[in-house]
Amino acid sequence: MVDLLEKHRAIADRFQRMIDMGVNALGVTNDQMISPTRAIVGGREIILAGTNNYMGITFEPRVIAAGKKALDEFGTGTTGSRIANGSFAMHKELEHSLAKFLGLKHCIVFTTGYQANLGMLSGLAGPKDTIYLDADSHSSIYDGCTLSGAKLVRFRHNDAADLDKRMARDDTEGGRLVVLEGIYSMLGDRAPLADFVALKKKHDFQLLVDDAHSFGVLGPNGRGLGDEAGLEDGVDFVIGTFSKSIGAIGGFGAGNHPLFDTLRYAMRPYMFTASASPASVATSIAALDVLEKEPERRQRLWDNSQRLFDGLRALGLETGTHIVSPVIAVKMPDELTTIAKWNALFEAGVYVNMAVPPGTPNRLCLLRCSVSAAHSFDDIDRIVEIFKKVVAN
Amino acid sequence: MTETDIIPIICDLLGPYNLESKALAAETDIPAELNIDSVGVLDFIMEVEDHFDIEIPMNVVSETRTVGDLARYVAAQKNKA
Ligand SMILES: Cc1ncc(COP(=O)(O)O)c(C=O)c1O
Repeated sequence: MVDLLEKHRAIADRFQRMIDMGVNALGVTNDQMISPTRAIVGGREIILAGTNNYMGITFEPRVIAAGKKALDEFGTGTTGSRIANGSFAMHKELEHSLAKFLGLKHCIVFTTGYQANLGMLSGLAGPKDTIYLDADSHSSIYDGCTLSGAKLVRFRHNDAADLDKRMARDDTEGGRLVVLEGIYSMLGDRAPLADFVALKKKHDFQLLVDDAHSFGVLGPNGRGLGDEAGLEDGVDFVIGTFSKSIGAIGGFGAGNHPLFDTLRYAMRPYMFTASASPASVATSIAALDVLEKEPERRQRLWDNSQRLFDGLRALGLETGTHIVSPVIAVKMPDELTTIAKWNALFEAGVYVNMAVPPGTPNRLCLLRCSVSAAHSFDDIDRIVEIFKKVVAN
Repeated sequence: MTETDIIPIICDLLGPYNLESKALAAETDIPAELNIDSVGVLDFIMEVEDHFDIEIPMNVVSETRTVGDLARYVAAQKNKA
């Protein structure tokens, strides 16, 4: 008999080596959450600097109240998909609020951001089409591409000239979809949107931006990369998640196309899974409202990001990008050093993400920090201080 | 351009990915024998695309595991053009 799990032996060995060096960095248990930036882990209070909780909104009383009310009035779960069981009024309300926030005509919400990518990519592109995806794309984009059955062409990260060259090579007659991310999740860099939109003059394609890490974060209105670049008209479809700046769980796809809503009947990851729970949807609606009413949160996030970025670079550490971003990745020389430094940081009271290949671009090993509006300047200084003590030494 | 012409070029392009300096031949299974992860294989394929100025969609990467498979695919693309 061929043992199906035997093929994962190498992963098990790699994982064991990490555990032998200290804590399981991929499976830390937060026994208690004290605030968006503090948790109790193993009896110790830890500063959280790897949560993607950009707006620090997870303990916002207005949002919690909305979630409790939804639990009371609509129950714990939806127990089915929207096309089978019907929608709750709040699913539609969330879609409406998001479309309005984004200045787009249509929006569809998904149960997670991962499913939003699976659904949108497989709904938009089919076997006769071609998807051009950035080499550094998130795994959910890769998986959505695979599910679509489209021809998949990968272009060099953030390189519109490379995409141009690859489009010129291709002779398919189907549609073409180009997929970018607003802020790339690992290195924190952004897609040069103007370069890609300019290519539309030369090649026919539709453009999708996954704003998972940039929704609520980039642009004068927090609408994402298109908003920041002043090029929203050049973006045909936007994808986002509620798991980061919104502090809940769920995802969305949005656009202006007149047939957009038809996607509801063409996306398996939308049709064949239970819709988001009432508490998730209600907290997402409330959090979006807070984001709109309190743009100062965005300012605080950027001030904190600048401070951490400057602080870490002043230590001589190499970061993933030269431009300030709420995702600040510190480059490490190899996996063993990364594990050792991660453990030292954790021991000293800071939680960051440990990121190693193949989950990272260019085989990089990273200590990935994400900043929150809820961090105080003291928190940021403390994080820098601890990096100084244990990483930059 | 034939497979025989292409194989040595592919072996050269594999250089930076062949971290353990294994001997390369037509039968070499690129991801398995050279211990290259999924992203590494895709990065390598991009180099092959650019060297030969052809398209190798991600969809066919799983069917071109050995140096020989890949050479055959490249030859077919080159001769199509
Ligand atoms: C770029 C990107 N897209 C999509 C997702 C998936 O979102 P979610 O975690 O909400 O499923 C993530 C994060 O996990 C991401 O980083």
